[in-house]
Amino acid sequence: MLIKQLSVFLENKSGRLTEVTKTLGDLDINISALSIADTTEYGILRMILTDPDKGYKALKEKGFSVRLTDVLCIATPHTPGALAKALDILSKNGISVEYMYAFEVGQKALVVIKTADNQKTIDTIVAHKNEMELINADEICQI
Amino acid sequence: MIWNEFNECMSREEMRNLQSERLCETVERVYHNVPFYRKKMQEIGLEPGDIRGIEDLNKLPFTTKKDLRDNYPFGLFAVPISEVMRVHASSGTTGKPTVVGYSRKDIATWSEVVARCLCAAGVKKKDIIQIAYGYGLFTGGLGLHYGSEKVGATVIPISGGNTKKQIQIMIDLKSTVLACTPSYALYLAEAIEEMGIDPKELSLRVGIFGAEPWTEEMRKEIERKLHLKAIDIFGLSEIIGPGVSCECEMQNGLHIHEDHFIPETIDPDSLNSVSEGETGELVFTTVTKEALPLIRYRTGDLTVLNHKTCQCGRTLTRMEKCKGRSDDMLIIRGVNIFPSQIESVLLNMGETKPHYLLIVDRINNLDTLEVWVEVDEIFFSDEIKRLESLSAKIKHQIESTLGISVKVKLVEPKTIERSEGKSKRVIDKRKL
Ligand SMILES: [Zn+2]
Repeated sequence: MLIKQLSVFLENKSGRLTEVTKTLGDLDINISALSIADTTEYGILRMILTDPDKGYKALKEKGFSVRLTDVLCIATPHTPGALAKALDILSKNGISVEYMYAFEVGQKALVVIKTADNQKTIDTIVAHKNEMELINADEICQI
Repeated sequence: MIWNEFNECMSREEMRNLQSERLCETVERVYHNVPFYRKKMQEIGLEPGDIRGIEDLNKLPFTTKKDLRDNYPFGLFAVPISEVMRVHASSGTTGKPTVVGYSRKDIATWSEVVARCLCAAGVKKKDIIQIAYGYGLFTGGLGLHYGSEKVGATVIPISGGNTKKQIQIMIDLKSTVLACTPSYALYLAEAIEEMGIDPKELSLRVGIFGAEPWTEEMRKEIERKLHLKAIDIFGLSEIIGPGVSCECEMQNGLHIHEDHFIPETIDPDSLNSVSEGETGELVFTTVTKEALPLIRYRTGDLTVLNHKTCQCGRTLTRMEKCKGRSDDMLIIRGVNIFPSQIESVLLNMGETKPHYLLIVDRINNLDTLEVWVEVDEIFFSDEIKRLESLSAKIKHQIESTLGISVKVKLVEPKTIERSEGKSKRVIDKRKL
């Protein structure tokens, strides 16, 4: 259920993102999802990879500050209001979202989500099968 | 005009005799009143009687800023606290400040030397002096204040900051003398320019600038922009504060008030005296101070001494504008800062390996300090708010230790260049 997300600390200077993606590409690691959270001076690159452990090792060797974080991936119907409904359920169950990023895949919308309590989030999602479902790491990577 | 012609123009021989007499008295006094000096002298088998004159000065042990810190706050005082009329303090390397004390006579000596400085700079009784040095624990404000009163000038004790008010007062009260740090003088000059005021309409004629290193280029710029004569004043609180030395109107070296503070220049490595005309670390022995007499105090400032009589008529030894430091101390906005202070803050926080870089710059004529800290994997969080709070925490801790504002920038690991396993700690872009 838990998905290993690879996060990288990046200064806002040219060429850094290229270096990360090239390093991964050279090792045949695919990026399934990616988001950047940025401030004026630095950013945090968050990625779902086909091989997070290998990516972690490779970037670490290149001197990047990297971290593997457990996140969850939720699939909701790709219809207006579906995400709002899912978030409302989480919120009503006392789950606060640290950050999230979403992308659409055909009929479904996938949302990578980081909450303070993964187990509680899993339980809540499982209890609301009609509104959303959990996606496994290999499922995302096959998309 | 010369404030104290007797002491400022005596022959070299008379000066050496006076210094010898006062040195012997001082050594006798510290031996009996300051356990630190007695112990230091006993360790090298030296008794007060062994010092018979200035030729024996180099037999005496050195004093360092560390000794002041180790004996914080009053350990090196030579008089009981009841005789101490005032204390001042400067920020220290471990968060603890360096405390200096003054007896009634010390305050009088300080006023006297500052009066000499002002007089040498051409300040007279009819002048209106705007003192824009900070008043408080820092010696700048009150040091200039007492000397100006002694001269009989009209004092505007405005203290530092509040640029608009400074300019308003300068115009309305027709200030003729400005006393502040050179970088603040430039900052004021630019603000005046932006307000569309012609400096010739101001009444300024003399500037008394010190408490930080500055260049001849800066002098020219200040003189042109403020339409005054810019005089360099030097001092350090450990010795007395501003007024240890000052330029005369020749602007060719700073006259040291050596009847009170005997200067030497030494090689910072061998600790031997350097020959006349060579650059060395400036060392002072105070020979009239009561509360905090210091023997061979190493200032860390590099300079050249010149014993020749000046065109102004003063025989007082002159020192060149300081050429830098023998240690890694930085002077930022008049505050003394050691990179080790920042290192210990980072270490104490325990969240970062102290890979840091200090970038000192002068932007719009104000010194800025930027601290780069490498974001190590140990504390890298993938949440922005955690990184932001980390950087805010670092900023707060550094600011409360140093007493000046800093900008903290988080950078990627290995951004900061390592040389032989050690990082280069400081980039000073001010070109001093
Ligand atoms: Zn002179």
